[in-house]
Amino acid sequence: MTGKKRIKVIMAKPGLDGHDRGAKLLARVFAEAGMEVVYTGLRQTPEMIVEAALQEDADVVGLSSLSGVHNYFFPRVVELLKENGLDDVLVVGGGIIPDEDIPGLKDSGVAAIFGPGTRTEDIVKFIVEKVSRN
Amino acid sequence: MDTKSRDLDISVIMEDLAAEVLQGSVRAMARLITLVENEDPRAFEFLGSIYPHTGRAHVLGITGSPGTGKSTLTDKITSVLRQQEKTVGVVAVDPSSPFTGGALLGDRIRMQRASGDPDVFIRSMATRGNLGGLARTTADVIKIMDGFGKDWVIVETVGVGQDEVEIAKTADTTIVVLAPGLGDSIQSMKAGVMEIADLYVINKADRSGADALVTEVRIRVEQDAQIKEAAWRAPVLKTVAVEDQGTEPLLEAIENHRSFLEQSGRLKKVRREKTRQETLSLLKEEISHNVLEKILGNGRFDDLIDDIVAHRKDPYTSVKEIVTTIFPDEE
Repeated sequence: MTGKKRIKVIMAKPGLDGHDRGAKLLARVFAEAGMEVVYTGLRQTPEMIVEAALQEDADVVGLSSLSGVHNYFFPRVVELLKENGLDDVLVVGGGIIPDEDIPGLKDSGVAAIFGPGTRTEDIVKFIVEKVSRN
Repeated sequence: MDTKSRDLDISVIMEDLAAEVLQGSVRAMARLITLVENEDPRAFEFLGSIYPHTGRAHVLGITGSPGTGKSTLTDKITSVLRQQEKTVGVVAVDPSSPFTGGALLGDRIRMQRASGDPDVFIRSMATRGNLGGLARTTADVIKIMDGFGKDWVIVETVGVGQDEVEIAKTADTTIVVLAPGLGDSIQSMKAGVMEIADLYVINKADRSGADALVTEVRIRVEQDAQIKEAAWRAPVLKTVAVEDQGTEPLLEAIENHRSFLEQSGRLKKVRREKTRQETLSLLKEEISHNVLEKILGNGRFDDLIDDIVAHRKDPYTSVKEIVTTIFPDEE
């Protein structure tokens, strides 16, 4: 029971879209996988998300977007994390993201994009591997 | 940045973590809290350096059944404190799964107003198997926020049932939040949680049944006063937290309780008792850790268990014998 580190995840919905089924499901999936998941809810600004990551000492920030704002919001979160000295936080994204946007997002520092149909165990595996390497 | 310089970087941060917290680094505070949560042995040294700077914050505990509005109330109380230019730390506790160890920490959602403010530090904590309504390390996390310089630390417990009264030993002022429509809860809460309130809040007071609940709780408070004389009689307040109704009178009532604690000398007494308990449990932990290591380290304990299982020895005498061997001076 003691001395055990747990992976801490911030699960956030940036922007104005209200579709949070995916984000909520993943929050539960991560918790079931033994992680501690802070669900911040809808309509988060990048500043709010990064503030949460800072205060919660998060290992991972998961972003979900279904409204087409990912090209602005995801890189902005990465940028703000860096500005706050949180370079080691893993940023992953999901939702409705067109294939052609993925390379650009990865270049900006998003570690992975998980689209619809991704197996949840693959997402968990990816996070566990990346975080334990840090 | 290559791996080597990164490691170096981390060790520097580690060395100065306490100093950085005292200098006001939010990042250092967040990291130190993680160390404490993980019960990392390095945390004790840092906590030791921070301790002299603690004792200034007023610690407000908020407890009650799930869904009564604890998080929303925390958000609103924080707002009023911020209007008075007080800085606030919030510890929001939610349960860990006893099956997977994971946790879904959802209190932050209700703290939207507070979470955009740099003078408010919110930390979600999972209980990690602790059953008293808080995490085992919550008291230490409060000390870190206190040492950092927060004027107030608000601790929101997990949604409680009957017995989770640890908050009363941790907070200076404890608020028990109730809501109408959970009629039975007042019955079931009578024995445990209902006894620890310095203030009762009937939240969701715009719903039917609120006035009846207020009356019921007031009667209980009067009964308490008749059964046992007490210097403080817990007020019963109504709020509609989502509408921000009743928050200011609530804060006034909290301030009244704080003045009462200070003027009656009770704060000193309570904090002394708290310090005693905390030091005692640290001592117990340290002793049991060291002593158990000795006893369990050499494999003889397993032989003893064999003997006890086979009824060649009994556990009562055996334990006495072990203790006498380790502390030969004891009677």
